[in-house]
Amino acid sequence: MEVVEKGSGAPWNIAALRERLAEQRGRVFWRSLEELAEDQAFVQFLKSEFPTPPPAEVDRRTFLKLMGASLALAGLSSACTRQPTEQIFPYTRAPEEIIPGRPLFYATAVTLGGFAYGVLVESHMGRPTKIEGNPQHPASLGATDVFAQASILTLYDPDRSQVVLYRGGINAWAAFWGALTIERERWRMTRGAGMRILTETVTSPTLADQLRQVLALFPEARWHQYEPVSRDHQKVGARLAFGRVVEAQYRLREARVVLSLEADFLAWGPDHLRQAREFIARRRAETEPAEWNRLYVFESTPSLTGAMADHRFPVRSSAIEAIARALARRLGLPVPEPDLASFGIDPRLVEALARDLERHRGESLVLVGETQPPLVHALGHALNQVLGNVGRTVIYVEPVEAEPIEHVASLRELAEDMEAGRVDALFILGANPVYTAPVDLDFAERMDRVRLRVHLGLYEDETAQLCHWHLPESHFLEAWSDGRAPDGTVTILQPLIAPLYETRSAHEVLAALLGQAERPGYEIVREYWRRQFQAGRVGGFSDFETFWRMALHEGVVPGTNPPPTSVSLQWAAIAVELAKRPARAPEGIEIVFRPDPTVWDGRFANNGWLQELPKPITKLTWENAAMISPALAERLGVKNGEVIELQRGDRRVLAPVWILPGQAPETVTVHLGYGRWRAGRVGSHLGVNAYRLRTSEAPWFEVGIEIRRTDRHHELVSTQDHHSMEGRHLVRVATLDDYRRNPRFVKELGHDPPPDLTLYPEHRYDGYSWGMVIDLNACIGCNACIIACQAENNIPVVGKREVKIGREMHWIRIDRYFEGRDLERPDIYHQPVLCMHCDHAPCEVVCPTGATVHSHEGLNQMTYNRCVGTRYCSNNCPYKVRRFNFRLYADWATETLKMQRNPDVTVRSRGVMEKCTYCVQRINAARIEAKKQDRAIRDGEVVTACQQACPTEAIVFGNLNDPESRVARWKAHVLNYGILTELNTRPRTTYLARLRNPNPEVAALLEEGKS
Amino acid sequence: MSEEKGPRVEMATPFDPRAAILAPGHTYASITDKISALVLTRRTPRGWFLGFTIAFLLLMLLLFTAAYLLATGVGIWGVTVPVGWGFDIINFVWWIGIGHAGTLISAILLLLRQRWRTSINRFAEAMTLFAVACAGLYPLLHMGRPWLFYWLLPYPNTMGTWPQPRSPLVWDVFAITTYATVSFLFWFIGLIPDLATLRDRARRRFWRILYGFLAMGWRGSARHWARYEMAYLLLAGLATPLVVSVHTVVSFDFAISIIPGWHATIFPPYFVAGAIYSGFAMVVTLAIPLRKFYELEDFITMKHLDNMAKIMLATGLIVGYGYMMEAFMAWYSGNPYERYMILNRLRGPYAPVYWALLVCNVGVLQALWSARVRRNVRALFAIALVVNVGMWLERFVIVVTSLHRDFLPSSWGMYRPTIFDWTMFLGSIGLFLTLMFLFIRLLPVISIFEMRALLPETAPTPGGGTMRPAEAPTTS
Repeated sequence: MEVVEKGSGAPWNIAALRERLAEQRGRVFWRSLEELAEDQAFVQFLKSEFPTPPPAEVDRRTFLKLMGASLALAGLSSACTRQPTEQIFPYTRAPEEIIPGRPLFYATAVTLGGFAYGVLVESHMGRPTKIEGNPQHPASLGATDVFAQASILTLYDPDRSQVVLYRGGINAWAAFWGALTIERERWRMTRGAGMRILTETVTSPTLADQLRQVLALFPEARWHQYEPVSRDHQKVGARLAFGRVVEAQYRLREARVVLSLEADFLAWGPDHLRQAREFIARRRAETEPAEWNRLYVFESTPSLTGAMADHRFPVRSSAIEAIARALARRLGLPVPEPDLASFGIDPRLVEALARDLERHRGESLVLVGETQPPLVHALGHALNQVLGNVGRTVIYVEPVEAEPIEHVASLRELAEDMEAGRVDALFILGANPVYTAPVDLDFAERMDRVRLRVHLGLYEDETAQLCHWHLPESHFLEAWSDGRAPDGTVTILQPLIAPLYETRSAHEVLAALLGQAERPGYEIVREYWRRQFQAGRVGGFSDFETFWRMALHEGVVPGTNPPPTSVSLQWAAIAVELAKRPARAPEGIEIVFRPDPTVWDGRFANNGWLQELPKPITKLTWENAAMISPALAERLGVKNGEVIELQRGDRRVLAPVWILPGQAPETVTVHLGYGRWRAGRVGSHLGVNAYRLRTSEAPWFEVGIEIRRTDRHHELVSTQDHHSMEGRHLVRVATLDDYRRNPRFVKELGHDPPPDLTLYPEHRYDGYSWGMVIDLNACIGCNACIIACQAENNIPVVGKREVKIGREMHWIRIDRYFEGRDLERPDIYHQPVLCMHCDHAPCEVVCPTGATVHSHEGLNQMTYNRCVGTRYCSNNCPYKVRRFNFRLYADWATETLKMQRNPDVTVRSRGVMEKCTYCVQRINAARIEAKKQDRAIRDGEVVTACQQACPTEAIVFGNLNDPESRVARWKAHVLNYGILTELNTRPRTTYLARLRNPNPEVAALLEEGKS
Repeated sequence: MSEEKGPRVEMATPFDPRAAILAPGHTYASITDKISALVLTRRTPRGWFLGFTIAFLLLMLLLFTAAYLLATGVGIWGVTVPVGWGFDIINFVWWIGIGHAGTLISAILLLLRQRWRTSINRFAEAMTLFAVACAGLYPLLHMGRPWLFYWLLPYPNTMGTWPQPRSPLVWDVFAITTYATVSFLFWFIGLIPDLATLRDRARRRFWRILYGFLAMGWRGSARHWARYEMAYLLLAGLATPLVVSVHTVVSFDFAISIIPGWHATIFPPYFVAGAIYSGFAMVVTLAIPLRKFYELEDFITMKHLDNMAKIMLATGLIVGYGYMMEAFMAWYSGNPYERYMILNRLRGPYAPVYWALLVCNVGVLQALWSARVRRNVRALFAIALVVNVGMWLERFVIVVTSLHRDFLPSSWGMYRPTIFDWTMFLGSIGLFLTLMFLFIRLLPVISIFEMRALLPETAPTPGGGTMRPAEAPTTS
């Protein structure tokens, strides 16, 4: 201990110390000049956890010394929340205005599948707590999807990777940088031969630039891209049709007739938020009936898009090509006649469809889903060309991806090179190929043949397990980066919080490959854009600093989206491809793969919010299943939850059955993303790993799967067991024609008691009177509102066991009903249900402690502190929207999760009831603002969390006493109705009835088919 | 005194064992001896120890469950959304129903001068108290935060909270606490002369002091008797409306709501009838083994069993009428939710429970039309047990099947009781039986002084009239 006191005796260079201090980033604590001088003895003292030799007896002086060292260590740790040290710019307010209790919003972007969705992140005292869409961003338009909403939880996930691992043991970044230096020496000699980088889809200009620099430095190195849910078929299809890869962008607002060939364009694909907004724009309750669009969907497994269709045809994925061919032939393209009968398709249907499309030349649109082979994509492009849609409902632009290569081919090349021993060092940045690679590539086995394997990822996942080095990756809210929207617009991603752990971004790791270890991401991204600015590629700003500030502030870099490009259809290539394909239907049961609607390709497996989110249509939570049609279930003699064996060749998977009305006959659908074994505490060992059946040849469907029954049973958990409305008029529906004939049909379906049917004088709401309307025409059932509500209102996750007995806590749920006489071809309806804030609330009268009361503004309020938990209110709620903390569901122990919580909303304890509050904290925030300015709250100033997230603006909230408010206008709409109003509950949440726009010709055909 | 004609006419005829409410051949001394001996002199039978051990173990199960419940939350039970109440409220209503017979026997039959009540009123009252204790456990423990139960009481406090008077749960608090208080007073006052008897007869000092303390200085003077009589009658008058009101208020817990299957105007009378029905079934269930094991056939005669069977029959039929009316109104109202509720009871996932309830409460009951069955002790015991089960099933049907499928089919669900629902239920039975065993061991199960008053009926006194209790000697 003497050394610490006296130091090494060497004189310090004071000037050098000053310089050193100036260089430091972040808050700098220094215990003594010894430390500052990095006195060897002192450093050694600090770094050893227990200073040696341990003092036999601690006297006062020693004690003080040890305490001093602890203080020094406190400066090193990252226990506290810190903002990144670089200057970042708030969306609306300057950072010097940080006021406790007042959130700031910063613009950044979430990336999924490589593409950026602009978001605004709410930050409370440096803690990001909530993600909202950025209205200025072309792919967000202010809306978000479930993944963007839930990504905030991933940031605080305690299972996130926190330290560098070398061969499974904890190590330091310095050690990795050291190892890399040696490698770089080797590559300098070999020109990088055998060095491979595997990324997911890259749109980030900076990352692409860095990758190109690496490839320039080491010309023999290769860059591969692989993502299990890629856009390969779209790219190859475009190349087939036009000879080069182009990006199709759809202008759904212009389209009157939309034909989807398994395109789930409302929920899947980088542009789904904008597509949903535009598609719904033509079928809202407010839309003139003459302006309505019509949607036909052919698909094998019910999707959200299918649920919105006016005509949905459950057909096998393998049959869709025949429809595209028949349609192309009918519309005058030289396509050989497909044998429609063998696919079970009525030729008259194609005829009717063709006529409808022809009637709307230039106003129609054919969309082809990624799940369809490239040829169908090419036919889709041809159909749009023939129908005169190009330039009107569809435009083509140059690809937005940095390197639009075919992912499966790229991974196959890598796997083959690994097999051949041509891969010496493999850097996997973000991807998880050990789990997601097609089973025929034997990726995990072939990994063994690579000498040096490095993995950068958010989690220590399956791939990390097989790598020598695992590097913890920074979450996007912790790192600087950039990315492009599907239309090409660039967003610079700014971090909201300094990394919680010792993590680095992909930029920082790539910089190390370029010999710039520990170069901050901020510098890398900023330097790239400074170069772009100087080269004049981004214009309109006087100087770089202005550009930088504006770009960060707005969340978009203007003028970075590419202009439309002209394309010419190369029919000859399509014709060659057409001739190769069999025209007859293949025999056997078809297996269909789909990305999971909540955990996607498996990357969100450890996100409890997403795991517990009921999947659209099936309402399953926590796992996937083999979804089959009722007819197939009957033929196989299986029930829900019975385990079947799916076999293709020597690949077998056991999966529980879920019978899904609307599933195409003789198909079985399995969602990807489950069956992970190293996802974390939440996501491991749930469900079935569909990747074990998925080959590089057939990424989305394959005919000829064998199904065998087993005697096993597995209990699947669904949040909605009952599928029918039991003849109750909950979702009120009419065709557009019926609506034209009888606009008041909605009222006739209900029994609203007269308003004076009460003994007591009516309560008058003089000030504000809050209310909500949900347009069922606009609700696509995407679930974004549920996660938004969960994030906003600190709603806990309860786990599969509790969901199984019906104890999920979501304040808003989306009820799904199947309707129609045909079990195989039902109509599917969504109905978001949240607290109705009834004026005559049945819950209020029965509460013995007055814990739930009505406010003078019409809110049904829950006072958690007063609740003793008799649950009578829940029993008496006819809408069953109340949720009870049967156990201590809120996580009160995990430190990181505490940081996510919204400080304006109570974290509930066990034994109390809770429910939707109409986001009363947001109402009050608006009220405070309004009062400060001595004015009333303006319409649109209070936006509930569900409303804000909604991609289609299906929810409107506001003051019913203001006749000019949007909500008052919707309430006055002829389609407005409340559910269960016959109970005289007077709900404040009402709905606009759903309309459908079927083609009479097709409807007649279907009617005929039934009889 | 016209009510007393019945027994007296029978008395004139030669002894009819089926009609007697006290076997012949007893004297004041023999009655006092026989009943007080159960407590004071007779060896505690081995069966008592066995039964008490089992009951006590079940009570420990209750304590364990309650402790775990307090530590973890009501989540250990099967309650959920939409079925927010399960075994907790089922058992509460069941126990409260059972707790009805005692007061009915003590108060209403006293006022109606039904003298046959004398030999069963004491333990029926005790049973009432213990059943109310069991019932009271559930509303307390079923709360999400039971430690805040006192928020349901109206008392001025700094939090500014006050019970919400429109909630039937608040009415429940008053109804049940009142009922428990009055029942206890009634029982205790009824015990005082007998406690004095025990005090006088006890041999050990400890018991003399204990019983003496409880006897509150009873000396059996004429003034004592006069005041006592008056107090007892007044209490009976006070308790009588409670018999009707308690279960009426309990039924409001359901009837005030808007849930189909709960929201029905027939609930108060139907619940009161059901309560008396189940209460008498429980009295019969307890009386039959009691008279057997303690050889009290002289005091609890076939006449008693017969009368109780008749009351069961009458109230059971009212309950059956209630079931009928529920179904009829569901159809007649044309309300689709009501209609679905009945169809769901008949055909839904809990249909077996509903059918079992009909068999237990209405079907098996019909056997009591036959006098032979009513006087067959074994058969009567079996029927009483079946009715106990049936009344429990009735509460299950009311609570669970109404809630599990209400208005929105999307939120329909199932209720599956967990192991802790069962341990709690068995545990409360354990509490009940433990208290019952202690009562049998420590207090006279049959009212000694009232039995003595019956004596003139079986062995005519020289005067030929009945002797008022006040005239009877109290101490031996």
